[in-house]
Amino acid sequence: MTWQRRHVLSTDDWSTAEIEQVLQTAGAMVEVLKRPIRRTPALRGRTVILFFAESSTRTRVSFELAAKALSADVTNITASGSSVEKGETLLDTVRTLTALGGDVIVMRHSASGAPYFVAARTDAAVINAGDGWHAHPTQGLLDAYTLRTSLGDLAGKRIVIVGDITHSRVARSDIDALVPLGATITLSGPPTLVPSAWRCGMTPRGTTYEPDLDHALDGADAVIALRLQTERQHAGLLPSIREYAHVWGLSEERVARMRPGAPVLHPGPMNEGVEIAASVAHGARSLIEAQVTNGVAVRMALLYLLAAGPEQKE
Amino acid sequence: MSQLSELKRNAEKRGLITAPGFIDLHAHLREPGFEESETIATGARAALAGGFTTICAMPNTEPAIDSPGLVAELIARGAAAHAARVLPIACITRGRRGKELADLVELAAAGAVAFSDDGSPVADAQLFRNALEYARAAGRPILEHSQDLALSAGGVMHEGVVSARLGLAGMPSAAEESAIARDLALARLAGGRLHLSHVSTAGSVELVRRAKADGLAVTAEVTPHHLALTDEWVAGSRAFAWEDGGARGAPYDTATKVNPPLRTAADVRACWAGLMDGTIDAIATDHAPHASVRKDVEYQEAAFGISVFETAVPLLLAGVGAGWGTWDRVVETLTTGPARVLGIDVRPNDLVVIDPRAAWTPDAASLRSLGKNTPLIGRPLVGRVTTVVVDGDVRLDMALAQ
Repeated sequence: MTWQRRHVLSTDDWSTAEIEQVLQTAGAMVEVLKRPIRRTPALRGRTVILFFAESSTRTRVSFELAAKALSADVTNITASGSSVEKGETLLDTVRTLTALGGDVIVMRHSASGAPYFVAARTDAAVINAGDGWHAHPTQGLLDAYTLRTSLGDLAGKRIVIVGDITHSRVARSDIDALVPLGATITLSGPPTLVPSAWRCGMTPRGTTYEPDLDHALDGADAVIALRLQTERQHAGLLPSIREYAHVWGLSEERVARMRPGAPVLHPGPMNEGVEIAASVAHGARSLIEAQVTNGVAVRMALLYLLAAGPEQKE
Repeated sequence: MSQLSELKRNAEKRGLITAPGFIDLHAHLREPGFEESETIATGARAALAGGFTTICAMPNTEPAIDSPGLVAELIARGAAAHAARVLPIACITRGRRGKELADLVELAAAGAVAFSDDGSPVADAQLFRNALEYARAAGRPILEHSQDLALSAGGVMHEGVVSARLGLAGMPSAAEESAIARDLALARLAGGRLHLSHVSTAGSVELVRRAKADGLAVTAEVTPHHLALTDEWVAGSRAFAWEDGGARGAPYDTATKVNPPLRTAADVRACWAGLMDGTIDAIATDHAPHASVRKDVEYQEAAFGISVFETAVPLLLAGVGAGWGTWDRVVETLTTGPARVLGIDVRPNDLVVIDPRAAWTPDAASLRSLGKNTPLIGRPLVGRVTTVVVDGDVRLDMALAQ
């Protein structure tokens, strides 16, 4: 199949075949990363601009390693120290980025929808590295890749996503990547942190909501815990972080309710002792480090599909 | 035969629709203070192009219209524009700050046709009670923007399935409905003439319906966009509430950001039902033009408001075409309905002529309003105002304009 998309803004309208193509390409990239010299010339002469208007270390470094492994030139524009902090508008930034002539803009922004704004105003390919509460498509794809390495075919598998669903771009992109692969999703978390429509029977296709985490985990094939932003307590959405950890935290006893060996994922960075016990995070079921490694391969796959010339794509 | 009736007869012979000049209870003309978004002159000309011969200017300008001198100045500038007739609305509270009443009797004497702090509800219930009671002495209605600010805090669109999908903070229907319930309770207590601005939810319509059945002297308006567009427009849909599928635009278009937000198709349906059964008295535009700098930003940063004047008629015609309402009732709620809210007469020498079959597509350059902020840009429409007469004077003639 020839790759058609110019941007990766969200995977909510992707076909199963497109998701499969990314995962298969990522598999090839994993092989590249296992070589003694972890580098291919696929993006030689291309420029990747990393525009992070919201602080992030993991995702930015992951993209940087991915771009460099493909021999692209990489430039960083971060919020701190850049003109974004001096009150420059997003429109100005887009004009500048376009004038600089990057081939790919990888962007993170605190406003949902910001990558659409940029994509509509630039010639470069735009990859969304997280926008507000909306989407984090590369995380969704790397979680799908990671779950497949552990569970095989995801058809018929039931995966629990627990935590602050409302404010989570990871939850949305996990749903968008996993449901087309045949998985069903059980969302769990405090009712104040799940969108009202999704609690009232209008959950996205392939998902259900179960507030009781123990019930949600019974017989599940995997669980993804989300990071809890502690400021949710101050917004009146949670009585206390302690109660959250007690009711919705992943403890060893809880994860044992899943099928034997069912894996545990977390997009990081973790609040150990809040949404996940340290023993679970670093235990035998944890795929959290594999997620980080696979993240580089998945991002390489997307950069390759978007930016490699036809001569590189054999 | 008078020139007016001859114009009317000729138009009808050509298959055009005629109606008395439309009266808009709710428009933002932005002058003084925000002239890069609209001026009284550009707004009054854009209104004409939409078929409105009388428009009421909301007082959320800078300075806010809270003194008789400002009311008089606004009237003078409106007359000088020589387009649609401009009637000033004055503030309920001084500076729209919601702390103390403005001089309502003197403002009415200077020519204010109503009072509103539009854009901000009067949050203090005691102050709002006082406003309703005191405005009786001024003989003018209070136009209230009913919204619970705590419930809607941070929201940028209707709270529902679409906001959940887009990851945008929502404003629940309850933020409007709980405020309307409060305002109706206060109107029962205080008497006075309460008019509810831009009702947008099925629940709001039902609250007003019940209050009227109880005999409360309340009136209400709905906007053309709340009679046609839905929250799916924020996700890129460009289908009217009664349509399926069709062309799509990009998601997160800030031209769809408006307060109250675009609601669901069921809410649109309920607004039409309320319009048809007399629950809703008037169609008002809430024309809210903005300079591009306030819209060409991230969705959550963008200003609320749609530039409505010039696209109201095709939206309403489309709703009638879909069978959700009748044209006769639409005309009533654009003329006698708002006139009754204000206690004014429908001008016998105002006339609007509409070509109900004219197909056109709005584009930024051809809109007369300085505010190009409408999600209808690039969206094919049917129905257009061709001629407008104010006080017997032909002030808009599209045949001549082209």
